[in-house]
Amino acid sequence: MLDKHVKEALISIVGLDNYQDSKTSLLTYSYDATPGFQSFPDAVVSPRDSQEVAKVVKLCNQYKIPIVPRGSGTNLSAGTTPLHGGIVLLMKHLNNIIEIDEENLTVRTQPGVVTQTLIEAIEDKGFFYPPDPSSMKISQIGGNINENSGGLRGLKYGVTRDYVLGLEVVLPNGEIIKTGGKLAKDVAGYDLTRLFVGSEGTLGIVTEATLKLIPKPETKKTMLVLYQNLDAAARSVSAIIANRIIPATLEFLDQPTLKAVEDFAQIGLPTNVKAVLIIEQDGPKSVVDSDMEKIATICRENEAVEVTLAKSNEEAEALTTARRAALSALARLRPTTILEDATVPRSEIAKMVSAIKEIANRNQVTICTFGHAGDGNLHPTCLTDIRDKVEMSRVENAFEEIFKKAIELGGTITGEHGVGAMKLPYLHLKVGEAGIDIMRNIKLAFDPNNIMNPGKMFTMSDRKRVVIQK
Amino acid sequence: MKTAEKERISQGFKEKMDYDELLNCMRCGFCLPSCPTYIESGMDEAHSPRGRIAMMKAVVDGDIAPDQDVKRSLDLCLGCRACEPVCPSGVKYGHLLEQARDIIYQNKKSSIVEKTVRGIVFNNLFPHQNRMVTATNLLGFYQRSGLQKVARKSGIMNFFPESIRTMEKVLPTVPKKKELKSRPNHLHAIHVQKKKVAFFSGCLMDTMFMSTNDSTMKLLQYAGCEIVIPETQNCCGALHGHSGEREKSKEMAKKNIEAFEHIGADYIITNAGGCGAFLVDYGYLLKDDPEWSYRAEKFSSKIKDITSILVELDFDKEKLRLEEQIVTYQDSCHLKNGQKTFIEPRKLLQSIQGVTYVEMKDASRCCGSAGIYNIVESEMSMQILDYKMEQAKMTKAKTIITANPGCLLQMKLGIEREGLSDTMRAVHIVDFLLEAFEQSL
Repeated sequence: MLDKHVKEALISIVGLDNYQDSKTSLLTYSYDATPGFQSFPDAVVSPRDSQEVAKVVKLCNQYKIPIVPRGSGTNLSAGTTPLHGGIVLLMKHLNNIIEIDEENLTVRTQPGVVTQTLIEAIEDKGFFYPPDPSSMKISQIGGNINENSGGLRGLKYGVTRDYVLGLEVVLPNGEIIKTGGKLAKDVAGYDLTRLFVGSEGTLGIVTEATLKLIPKPETKKTMLVLYQNLDAAARSVSAIIANRIIPATLEFLDQPTLKAVEDFAQIGLPTNVKAVLIIEQDGPKSVVDSDMEKIATICRENEAVEVTLAKSNEEAEALTTARRAALSALARLRPTTILEDATVPRSEIAKMVSAIKEIANRNQVTICTFGHAGDGNLHPTCLTDIRDKVEMSRVENAFEEIFKKAIELGGTITGEHGVGAMKLPYLHLKVGEAGIDIMRNIKLAFDPNNIMNPGKMFTMSDRKRVVIQK
Repeated sequence: MKTAEKERISQGFKEKMDYDELLNCMRCGFCLPSCPTYIESGMDEAHSPRGRIAMMKAVVDGDIAPDQDVKRSLDLCLGCRACEPVCPSGVKYGHLLEQARDIIYQNKKSSIVEKTVRGIVFNNLFPHQNRMVTATNLLGFYQRSGLQKVARKSGIMNFFPESIRTMEKVLPTVPKKKELKSRPNHLHAIHVQKKKVAFFSGCLMDTMFMSTNDSTMKLLQYAGCEIVIPETQNCCGALHGHSGEREKSKEMAKKNIEAFEHIGADYIITNAGGCGAFLVDYGYLLKDDPEWSYRAEKFSSKIKDITSILVELDFDKEKLRLEEQIVTYQDSCHLKNGQKTFIEPRKLLQSIQGVTYVEMKDASRCCGSAGIYNIVESEMSMQILDYKMEQAKMTKAKTIITANPGCLLQMKLGIEREGLSDTMRAVHIVDFLLEAFEQSL
């Protein structure tokens, strides 16, 4: 419960309509898309502009009240669950695209714009903003920036980080700073822009962003490749890249994932094969045609049983849309779906795929795998039942082994979903104790009272396991 | 709400909610952009499908009490089920909503007025077709006797909320008493007989919209169907099922199953998306009743919308012609999300010569009619309708086609509210198709 004076002060800043603290409201902002994590905030606050954000933050800093910034709540690492209570800060009123600058190839936007809405507005003008997380129909650009979201096009075009040129940020003390700008080059001081991208709301509140645009590729082709052998699919991925072709998208789905996706999408995906690759290339027509031809040959050389090109844009769209639904479609099969995103250098993808299979067998858990194979970012997804404590502990073991294997192969514990609360116990595997230490010190420099999304990424005291809650 | 009442409801949730189905929601949020109330409430999670499911689960888990806010959120849900086809996990939200509303309404203390109104509507009016006829006759008397003119002139209508006032204006002129009673119960195909079908006539469709039912018969006859219209059928029970009166809806379902099961029809045809989706669900409604579950499944498997059988019988290849006009189609939520029928109506409309079909943006988003929602949740309903009419106007359509009586009335209401009665009309798809067919004869 918030102190009465704090509540009144918050209402005086954002207005009565934008302050919610009924039990129902608190419940509906107590979770995100991560299973097993839920915690009630004390209030839900929706400021109407950056000035109001600054006032709210200043007040919270004064009273040491935790703030969890939240977009649409599609986070997959429990990053938006208010584990320490406090206020959930909604960005829904900051939802304007401010300017598409055709001379500088930039867009200025507020954080509450839905990613797809932004992409459509940009593409209408003939430009391209590549980061396309699977949740892009729902997610907000502010959330993408805070999580440094990736997506299907990451292989060729990079991730959100590669497109953020400048930010307006409200610091935990209530000061507003601007970093970067519409600049291709800028080395004035530390690169704070990059520091904020992917900081998971632990350093400040992004209230505006300047993003880089590129010209829209002239044409695009999509291909579906079928395999009767998981390993052959994974080898094809490495072979394509080794042949110096970088497709826009190179997605992998195993058979159980395929079945679940087809069950939902009903677009005639083959369910009698062991794995498929969805491959997309874009660019000038001649390049696309020749790349697709080469890719088809490479796949056939690597035991592909069938290679088909999508006949129309609609067919291509149906394929990638179905792929985006993979995680949620898997949720049909068991009550609880736990997804990870261990990532390895792309050359190690075949090793990682077989290691996941082996780890799942040894721990007697069901793990389906799909993901952005082309950039080494896999999504091993465990199908389980959170009510079964014995199985859940096997699941936890399996994931710990997967993380360790990823690190051993030169990879990381999370490629695009963030550490949040879910992977907090494993961060040291990747960055080491000294790494966590320096991160803690950076956090303290920005947020000495630890009000910004506390309990995420690392704990401010000694490392300890988070307890999975209901 | 009193504590004892909340406890009863909580207990009901614990005992009756399908917990596996609640867990099936993995909270990805893919449903959010499809939910009209989430959009219209300015992205309030408490008015989204994910939020409502979270609430139901929290009540079962004992994390929250089923207070007024929970009830409010569930009441404000249109029940349009637009969240179902977009849900990759396949959560059956409609079933969860029905269960939750049933528990709340069966355990809630209602005011005497509310109890009386619900009692009359749910127990005494809709289940009895003869009383529906009487009620329609009263409306007919009101419309024909001059009472309507007096009511409008006197300003007495101003005492009613805006949506009811407008609704009063757009209600169709109902058929006379004699017409309502002289329906044959067996019709033969014109030319070759291809199928034997039974017709589910519906309560409202067979009274207030009787001429549309007549058009449906004619279309079926032209398309090659022998038609049986069992006399003992009654209202489908959808209104009850959606409003927390599940037991009553089960009774009505059983009566319908009995009325249709010995006809030996290939299909049971409906022309109201709302009824059809509920009939298709009888198998689920009676799944725990060993005597009825199989019979219900069998009944449900025969349900087919009129547009679907017309396409199956190649009616779209007949000569259909109308004067030049732009036409758009407003999906019936339950026809699309419940019966998965949305290609067929479009295909039929596009096959009419003279018709330029223009798809309306968000045609599958609910129009806000939703049973009695536009009366009990008037404010939200009108907000949703305003958006719908904006999209309709953009198509420059002369005719808005619908496939369900509720949607039809709502679109008429929308046209009236926008002051477009001179340039735009709303028509049920069967009336439109019959016109197109008979013009070419």
